[in-house]
Amino acid sequence: MREITKLIHKYLRHDKKFPHVWCPGCGNGIILGALIRAIDRLGFTKDEIVLVSGIGCSGRLPVYVDFNTLHTTHGRALAFATGIKLAKPELTVIVIMGDGDAMAIGGNHFIHAARRNVDLTAIIFNNSIYGMTGGQYSPTTPYGMRASTAPYMNIEHDFKISELAVTAGAVFVGRGTVYHARLLDSLIEKALLKKGFGIVEVITHCHVQYGRQNKLGSAVDMMKWQRDNAISVEKAEKLSPEEKRGKIIIGVLVDRELPVYQDEYERIKERAKVSTVRGR
Amino acid sequence: MRKVLTGNQAVAYGVFLSRAEVISAYPITPQTTIMENLAELWADGVLEAKFLRVESEHSAMASIIGASMVGARTFTATSSQGLALMHEMLHWAAGARLPIVMVNVNRALGAPWNIWSDQTDSLSQRDTGWIQLYCENNQEVLDTIIQAYMIAETVSIPVMVVLDAFFLSHTSEVVEIPEGGEVEKFLPPYRPRYRLDVNDPHSFNLMVSPDYYQEFRYKIQMAMEEAKVVAEEVDGRFAKVFSRGYGLVEDYLCDEAELILVTTGTVTSTSRQVISQLRQKGQRVGLLKIKMFRPFPVQEVRAHLKGVQKVAVIDRNISFGCGGIFAQEIKAALCDQGERPQVFSFVTGLGGRDITPSVISEVIEYTRRNDRPEKEVIWVGMRG
Ligand SMILES: Cc1ncc(C[n+]2csc(CCOP(=O)(O)OP(=O)(O)O)c2C)c(N)n1
Repeated sequence: MREITKLIHKYLRHDKKFPHVWCPGCGNGIILGALIRAIDRLGFTKDEIVLVSGIGCSGRLPVYVDFNTLHTTHGRALAFATGIKLAKPELTVIVIMGDGDAMAIGGNHFIHAARRNVDLTAIIFNNSIYGMTGGQYSPTTPYGMRASTAPYMNIEHDFKISELAVTAGAVFVGRGTVYHARLLDSLIEKALLKKGFGIVEVITHCHVQYGRQNKLGSAVDMMKWQRDNAISVEKAEKLSPEEKRGKIIIGVLVDRELPVYQDEYERIKERAKVSTVRGR
Repeated sequence: MRKVLTGNQAVAYGVFLSRAEVISAYPITPQTTIMENLAELWADGVLEAKFLRVESEHSAMASIIGASMVGARTFTATSSQGLALMHEMLHWAAGARLPIVMVNVNRALGAPWNIWSDQTDSLSQRDTGWIQLYCENNQEVLDTIIQAYMIAETVSIPVMVVLDAFFLSHTSEVVEIPEGGEVEKFLPPYRPRYRLDVNDPHSFNLMVSPDYYQEFRYKIQMAMEEAKVVAEEVDGRFAKVFSRGYGLVEDYLCDEAELILVTTGTVTSTSRQVISQLRQKGQRVGLLKIKMFRPFPVQEVRAHLKGVQKVAVIDRNISFGCGGIFAQEIKAALCDQGERPQVFSFVTGLGGRDITPSVISEVIEYTRRNDRPEKEVIWVGMRG
């Protein structure tokens, strides 16, 4: 077994949870690998990590790994995770969501987690479709594309997940693709190190639903598309809006300092204590 | 026209024939294909409805509440977690007296996750003010949707049509699809008594003080009582036109029965087989299928169970701390009757576990053997 595979295997729930549900060629396994490599490199023990997921193909990820794991309801993973983090601030809480999970049914939790700046790391698997339920269009399905609920074309416009996170107040926003696996490792690592609400949006392919309905070819073809259409943040800075149209900008979009919710919370507690002692 | 349809396709045909004007839904297994079938009919231009694909079930119900308030005929469908998420809006739709029709495909609730058949999702919405109709086969599904619009629009109460996950939703059966404008004649276009209309302005659903609120609730209760009569009438007229009727309850081989088995949904079909075999062996057993759960057909249940010694109720659902929900309702319906049967409550088939003929035989055998149940709730088909 290759070293890199051995490393991944160290963290999997081999005896219990395999075979997994992902289709052959799915990008989710690459994201799982990147997550494990990042956690391993940062030297966390398995018990220090909590993986919280919503529902979807992406939501299955925590099932396969030997951390503290919680498979929650569709769209609500961030709310569950906020509770865990506030009760046990010493744990590193990572939230796994699909684009439907995070942007449709859970869209509200997403913007509020970012605004509140709770110390969580969210990894969003953006495959532009509801994978698990059979390829209905999601809030990230681009205008004009097809889905099982848009047999001719989607007439709605898509959310840009990372840009939404920036606007809503996330302190770390990174975007990668499953083709650029090394970049993904480093984005997840940076997000985990960051105190406050950080997200990594991962562009991945669902060749079985989205690819098939839109004639985008095999998993390999879709990964080649990622390769050919991604440009780095640095490169994008030099391009005009027209030149950037249709491109995926990858890398660190935002890395900034803002007060973290838990710190603010502790501060207000101290203040309240002082004023109680003084009898107001 | 006869066609082989899954339960979910039968739903789509029912909605199409009923000429729903606004449809809104969010995908969830095992409901999803209802929405996909409708999306296809819509995209092909066959279904002339406005079709919305929203961001959650809560929004699905909210959006058709809006559409219903301006006088459109509306539809949505969901299951399990989705229905639970709609809960707030279910109360709202009923309180606002909107004749919305929705389908719930019965599926187990989490935690833990399970996508298979279980009635606890719809039954736990029993106090929301919705009429609930349970179906046994795909023909009944199609027919019930058409009837549901008629009932809802007559009494101004929303109707939930319920079918079992997979056993109906994904199983194909031969279904007779009404043709030649028959449904159009049977179910005229929706003409609301009250609606949002700029030419005749009204305010809807404002704050109501304690001086008035109770009367609003009383009127819903009265409409529910009326719904039983209306549903019978609608079913009778439907039977005249289409030669198929269902009743609020249906008895099967109940003549001179000493023991009656009570079921809902697909368990009924399996039970028909078991009961008819036992009859052939000379056992005096019968079957009562309950189609209408809200309003609960108290009179019909009393009439059919009168003079029977024992009643065995199969519940594919559980109200924790109490027991099977249909059994509770039946006990409540019988409790003030002078002479009343002994009711046995059986819980089985949760989360999609099969209720096989042998499970049903076991239920009947237990009821025959014992004068009274040894426990309030008897769990059948447990893992050893
Ligand atoms: C309240 C509720 N509504 C609907 C569902 C059904 N459901 C399960 S997964 C899913 C969408 C999955 O899409 P996405 O979040 O993009 O994840 P993917 O499967 O593509 O990874 C839906 C609608 C549910 N589980 N709960």
